[in-house]
Amino acid sequence: MKTDNRVIKVDYLARVEGEGGLHIKLKGDTVTSVQLRIFEPPRFFEAFLRGRDFREVPDITARICGICPIAYQMSSVHALEQACGVQVDGQLRELRRLIYCGEWIESHVLHFAMLHAPDFLGYADAIQMAKDHPAIVQQALTLKKAGNDIVNVVGGREIHPINVRVGGFYKLPTRRELQRRLKDQLEEARQIAVEAVRWTASLPCPDFEQDYEFVALRHPDEYPFNEGRLVSNKGLDLSISEYETYFAEEHLEHSTALHSHTRARGAYLVGPLARYSLNFDRLSPSAQEAALAAGLGNECRNPFKSIVVRAVETLYACDEALRILDSYEQPDPPALPVEPRAGTGYGCSEAPRGILYHRYRIDEQGAVLDARIVPPTSQNQRTIEHDLWQFAERNLQLPDDRLTWQCEQIVRNYDPCISCSTHFLRLSLERE
Amino acid sequence: MGRPGATPAAEGAAPARAAPTRVIGVGNQWRGDDGAGPAVAHLLRARQGAAAAALQISAIDGGGLNLITAWAGATTVVLIDAVFSGAAPGSIHRFDVGAQPLPEALFRHSTHAFGIAEAVELARALAQLPPRLVVYGIEGRQFDPGVGLSPAVELATRTLAEQLWQQLRMSSEAC
Repeated sequence: MKTDNRVIKVDYLARVEGEGGLHIKLKGDTVTSVQLRIFEPPRFFEAFLRGRDFREVPDITARICGICPIAYQMSSVHALEQACGVQVDGQLRELRRLIYCGEWIESHVLHFAMLHAPDFLGYADAIQMAKDHPAIVQQALTLKKAGNDIVNVVGGREIHPINVRVGGFYKLPTRRELQRRLKDQLEEARQIAVEAVRWTASLPCPDFEQDYEFVALRHPDEYPFNEGRLVSNKGLDLSISEYETYFAEEHLEHSTALHSHTRARGAYLVGPLARYSLNFDRLSPSAQEAALAAGLGNECRNPFKSIVVRAVETLYACDEALRILDSYEQPDPPALPVEPRAGTGYGCSEAPRGILYHRYRIDEQGAVLDARIVPPTSQNQRTIEHDLWQFAERNLQLPDDRLTWQCEQIVRNYDPCISCSTHFLRLSLERE
Repeated sequence: MGRPGATPAAEGAAPARAAPTRVIGVGNQWRGDDGAGPAVAHLLRARQGAAAAALQISAIDGGGLNLITAWAGATTVVLIDAVFSGAAPGSIHRFDVGAQPLPEALFRHSTHAFGIAEAVELARALAQLPPRLVVYGIEGRQFDPGVGLSPAVELATRTLAEQLWQQLRMSSEAC
């Protein structure tokens, strides 16, 4: 048994979205404490939304995050349309899937190529990696740009798109415009994504399978973006409006972001691993084929392999975007009329990092009375801590710098979007 | 990825909106003084009106990686971002990026994993820096959620916008 007491401290954890903190205490060969600390301005946006007109909500919530604004727009419009008794369908619904494809491509490629891959290859960052692997980084930029282009064309601009509204869109692209501005880029991106699945699967990956409770949307026909039932591999199967019955949030002293858990079993995991494992059969044939050829199987419980799953989902997003482009006919009008009525609406969509739950209560004039937003990173907090605990205990023999590096990598496995809610992420690993 | 014979990234080769001089204000208007860069872009745009087609002005908020796309094809690029170095709020820093790397600590204020300093150095590693890239940093005071610039920062945005306008309208190559 190890009896030495050591203190390891890292003050700044790079390559994550946003800033927060992490503190790990080790005593001998035991982990005694793991705390992911998030210094979020508590519930800023939820309070900010009160009293605002329901039509403003998609644009306000899109400002929560520069990386996943579509997710915030999609969850909010679906919730508010439900509150108002409106169902958006047909080509407008297809365009919503298309713009979500763009966001997945942008976000996933940024993460797997620029933020996560350096971990596997031993580089401090993508800049160092680019010096040795310029072609990989170049290809990733091309792939990411295809996502930017989708968000730009459908959303009006790449960052904080302005074209999404309750009921549909403000302005619609023509079929010709979509073909002209996206088709060739997406065909090229698709080829790069196929290569990306192969390449990410070739990276050295620790053996670290965990018994997660995966939670994701599941739709009868589609790999999920905006609709479906909330399901888990441990028996959950509920409508989005039942979310708060089965999931709870609690405040822990070390974090101002609320910790989520299932009321029945505790920690759960949302995001690419969960989506993939619960919806493998809904992927496009080529994404399935690429995943299987990469050795993934139809379920993945190793969080380090999330880099491969993100590449598979990027390929799916290219396939799905091309499918939508091929069948698109410009609808008229660009949005359904939505009249406010007093009520509550629930929305949940699959942000790149996992399910993003919104609930709004509005009055008969459409003013927001209260709002609730549960982002994926806060849902994964407890599971991230659990992974760290397990990994640290199994790897106490590692020298401090190596253990610290791999603990940081554990956090990055989740692509935590702390910028949705926080200021600083500092990691300290302490051995007593 | 990285397959043999792979062609270089498209954004360096065929910009859709080629313009010799591009001004890009970087930042989040919803994070206090982080909105300084977009504020300068807006002021310049108001001055520009319909004139000076060779000068393209934009404001972006988001990961620095988008910068590499945003400046593709431009011969001269001026970036304006908020910084935090401990200097007096409203101080204006200037960096000629062709001659020196950006001080990362100064531009680490972004909440994004891939900020402006990283984007510049990544572009340098990939030989995708514009021929001329000048970065102006406006010293911010507070970056908390909320709209509105500190008075000293707002004054600095006006000063810098005026200075850039005088220089850029005379010559799209000078800044």
